[in-house]
Amino acid sequence: MADLTESPPLRAARVRRSRAPAAAPAPAKRVQFDAPVLPWLFLAPQLIVVAVFFYWPSVQAVTSSFYIEDPFGFGATFVGLSNYTDALGSAEYHRVARFTAAFTAIVTALALAIGLLLAVKADAVIRGAATYKTLLIAVYAIAPPVSGLIGMMFFDMHIGPFVTFARWLGWDMQVGLDYVDTATAMIAVSVWKQVPYNFIFFLSGLQAVPVSVREAAMIDCASGWRRFRTVTLPLLAPTAFFLLIINVTYALFDTFGIIDVMLKDKPANNPVTLVYKVYNDGFRGNDIGGSSAQSVILMVVVFALTILQFRFLEKRIHYG
Amino acid sequence: MLRNATVSAIALIATLATAQAQAATEITWWHGMGGKNQEVINEISKRFNESQQACALTPVSRGTYEEALASGIAAFRSGEQPNILQVFDAGAATIMNAPGATIPAEDLITKAGYSFDRDAFVNGVRYFYADANGKFVGMPFNSSAPIMYTNTEAFEKAGVAPPKTWEEFETIAPKLKAAGYIPLVGSQLTWMFFENFFSRNNVQMASNTNGYDSVEGTTINATDPNLLMMWTKLKEWHDAGLFGFYGAGWSDNQAPFEQGKVAMWIGSSGSFGGLQSTATMPFSADFLPYWSSIEGAGTNSFIGGAALFAMAGHDEAQNKCTADFFQFLTSPEIQVFYHKATGYVPITTAAYELAKSEGYYDEKPVAEVGIKQLTLPGGEWSKGYRLGFYPQIRSIEEREFNRIFSGETSVEDAFETIKSEGDALLARFAKTAG
Repeated sequence: MADLTESPPLRAARVRRSRAPAAAPAPAKRVQFDAPVLPWLFLAPQLIVVAVFFYWPSVQAVTSSFYIEDPFGFGATFVGLSNYTDALGSAEYHRVARFTAAFTAIVTALALAIGLLLAVKADAVIRGAATYKTLLIAVYAIAPPVSGLIGMMFFDMHIGPFVTFARWLGWDMQVGLDYVDTATAMIAVSVWKQVPYNFIFFLSGLQAVPVSVREAAMIDCASGWRRFRTVTLPLLAPTAFFLLIINVTYALFDTFGIIDVMLKDKPANNPVTLVYKVYNDGFRGNDIGGSSAQSVILMVVVFALTILQFRFLEKRIHYG
Repeated sequence: MLRNATVSAIALIATLATAQAQAATEITWWHGMGGKNQEVINEISKRFNESQQACALTPVSRGTYEEALASGIAAFRSGEQPNILQVFDAGAATIMNAPGATIPAEDLITKAGYSFDRDAFVNGVRYFYADANGKFVGMPFNSSAPIMYTNTEAFEKAGVAPPKTWEEFETIAPKLKAAGYIPLVGSQLTWMFFENFFSRNNVQMASNTNGYDSVEGTTINATDPNLLMMWTKLKEWHDAGLFGFYGAGWSDNQAPFEQGKVAMWIGSSGSFGGLQSTATMPFSADFLPYWSSIEGAGTNSFIGGAALFAMAGHDEAQNKCTADFFQFLTSPEIQVFYHKATGYVPITTAAYELAKSEGYYDEKPVAEVGIKQLTLPGGEWSKGYRLGFYPQIRSIEEREFNRIFSGETSVEDAFETIKSEGDALLARFAKTAG
């Protein structure tokens, strides 16, 4: 992970050099610490936080995933990989995994698309720009459980205004009872919660596009859509790539609060994500081994996904 | 710096001084109640602390029932467990199959020098949190029964009487529907039409005497022909508009009754307190119906709610305080106070008699329905059940029930799934306990 996140600036530096080979770069002044201990000291707080809150629990999860354990910790039986085979072999797990994949894809795509659309439009507004922007950003300050609660009220099967509206359109929406209806409500609330975040980043990305480039594009091309596609979008690519990773992680993990509140403690036949299942089996079912195995699988999937994104997508991105 | 140190020193001395002055043994109680019920718990704790000098009890809310159990377990693993932990009905097997985690309430109380009379407790309460020999492991605390609330106006309009059996329901339901009501709705069908189907109709719920005898080889009787009959009927009623289903959420199913759209709602006896302020129409209550076609049916229901467990690993003085509190809690006065304040049933016969003699049930007859149902004659299979990982099995039931009513599966397939997935979880639990 560490060397991957460092690669963009390195790559950018290389690109710059290759473009301007004639201009010899001025030799940077090398700064070195005399004491080899000092840098570690400065790094220590961060490293300790990472170790305590990330590595240590991860190691614990991996260890307990090989055991079937009594909840109170009186005894643990080593069972090898059977927690993994149990999870991967269960039809319910497949169902949840399929939903998680679809949910992540839809939430990410919609949140990015709406965020970008709003940013482009807000960027073009001249009068009252600050008001528009503040209104659009404000939603981001709402905590996930609260937005879940608001969503739950909007989609309540007895009094929810969205449900009334859907019924008016001839759609008998039953959130909490019908699989697709609940999924729709969850996606709507999750997207709504994430749009402002994407909006902020896209907007600042747009404002970072140099005026000279915009003006040059205006002269060259009359079609606004084409200018957006060929000039603005490529310049936004680094922002979009960053947001893609953030949004995928959001859909996978941070939507937990929204889902938990919307399901009101009763998942029943409603769609849930893999993270919710880990919580449900581990904390409500007290099945620590099985839940750990699931969280390790999830960890591996996210790790693989991030590497894939960096390897294949990032190559196409030009860091200005 | 020096000033800070002085201040700290003074604070420390002050703390020590107050601690000496009090000299009371501190005990903690973790529970899973919020809102009104939490206020009542705080009130009971206050009364206990005022009634004596030796012990100081601090109640702490840990969220929901499930969260309270999870945090109790986590605390036990790190040696920080409270003295008293409230554990709900479905979680009973989890804590009772970990004998080193708790001290059986009966042992705790007798060791503290009190006598313990099992027969003082009402029928439906006596066995649920006891081991196979009848020894009380958990101390029953807030106990409730699934009862049928009836919309008085609906029955008057349709000109019928509330049913005692499901057969009677079948004859009157079309009339209620014709009068413009949804005849029947139920909250938490796992408790109403699964667990308490077995108790009210006296049908075996699981092998190994409903799981009491052993965790090894316990299987759930989810494909019982009578149970399938009940659910086939429910599905038919649902399709005919005689039974309304609004998902697994408790309040989603309670709301239409409160709004006066429903004739009968199966809820908890503990719902009575809230219904008095939320129901928009006059209502009454009766027992959860049973099938007269099933032989021996009509027995008492299992208790719902939760019990208090004394956690192990505390010193003698603290355990004595816990025992004192359990004694205090079962006193008729406190039981009646709790019964009136919350709607949960009194757990001892003495408390029930006291509430009766005070004329409480003449004033509020609905409040007596739960306790009456729990004191009905018991049957072989109405004592309780002890199934590991049962909260997860309930989740499976909830999932399959939703799928039945949304038409995603048939009743037979749904119960086959509950049986196979439930048995797999029970086998898994046997491994953790073994």
